[in-house]
Amino acid sequence: MDSERYNLLRQVMALDFYLVELNLYLDTHPADQRAIQLFNTAMANARIAREAYERQCGPLTTYNSMNNGSSWQWINSPWPWENM
Amino acid sequence: MFLYEKKLQYPVNIKNCNPKLAKYIITQYGGPDGELGASLRYLSQRFHMPINEAKGILNDIGVEELGHLEMIGTIVHQLTQGAPVEALEEAGMGGYYAEHGYGIYPVNASGVPYDANSFAVKGDPVADLVEDLAAEQKARATYEHLIHLSDDPDVIDPLRFLRAREIIHFQRFGEALGLVQDKMMQKNSYVIKPEGMCKR
Repeated sequence: MDSERYNLLRQVMALDFYLVELNLYLDTHPADQRAIQLFNTAMANARIAREAYERQCGPLTTYNSMNNGSSWQWINSPWPWENM
Repeated sequence: MFLYEKKLQYPVNIKNCNPKLAKYIITQYGGPDGELGASLRYLSQRFHMPINEAKGILNDIGVEELGHLEMIGTIVHQLTQGAPVEALEEAGMGGYYAEHGYGIYPVNASGVPYDANSFAVKGDPVADLVEDLAAEQKARATYEHLIHLSDDPDVIDPLRFLRAREIIHFQRFGEALGLVQDKMMQKNSYVIKPEGMCKR
């Protein structure tokens, strides 16, 4: 995997992990206004990073993004369990 | 990474509880041809597939099976929710109630807990895809047996949907097996080395 792709992916991974942490915290603190604000900001940032990755490197999920190109991009390597 | 969607793949709305049916249908939760085993089988086998088409189909069917596991859990939950303990006993679920109450636990129709020996990962793409074809047919047959045992249209409807999915999965696994065999017929690829081995 080239380094630009790797950097874009690392950004999505980091921002999504931040969302997971806020998600779990909010499940047990559903009225915490500050956490909700952080979640919404993080959500917007993650969406931007995700779109940047997908524009350049292909889909991150199977049926939430359009297929660009004449063949089905979803199955392209590398898969997450393959060496980068 | 996995992301949960807060919906069932196909609706399950059962109005009447029926523990007798629940006792049979729970085998698709934790039995040998059930959805838990199917998902673990495919998600484990995908790692060593030699071509992207096979990686994709095992990954994506393995994920769909988790959605089916959720549907079966929902069916069993709705069939037992609110049933008196005496009705569970009469349905042969007294032992299940003693251990699990109204909870959902992966067992087969005889109450035996889930066993990973019900599936295989051989690390051989052809052997594993052939097992997957058999697994889909066994699951289809199980759904037909469950439909024969059911008399409630609210239960039969989602069971018919799940049965149809087994047929589609069988078709797609057959195509993946064909593609893997085509790849192996190419020159110098009768023996497919695991990818990691080639690099070292």
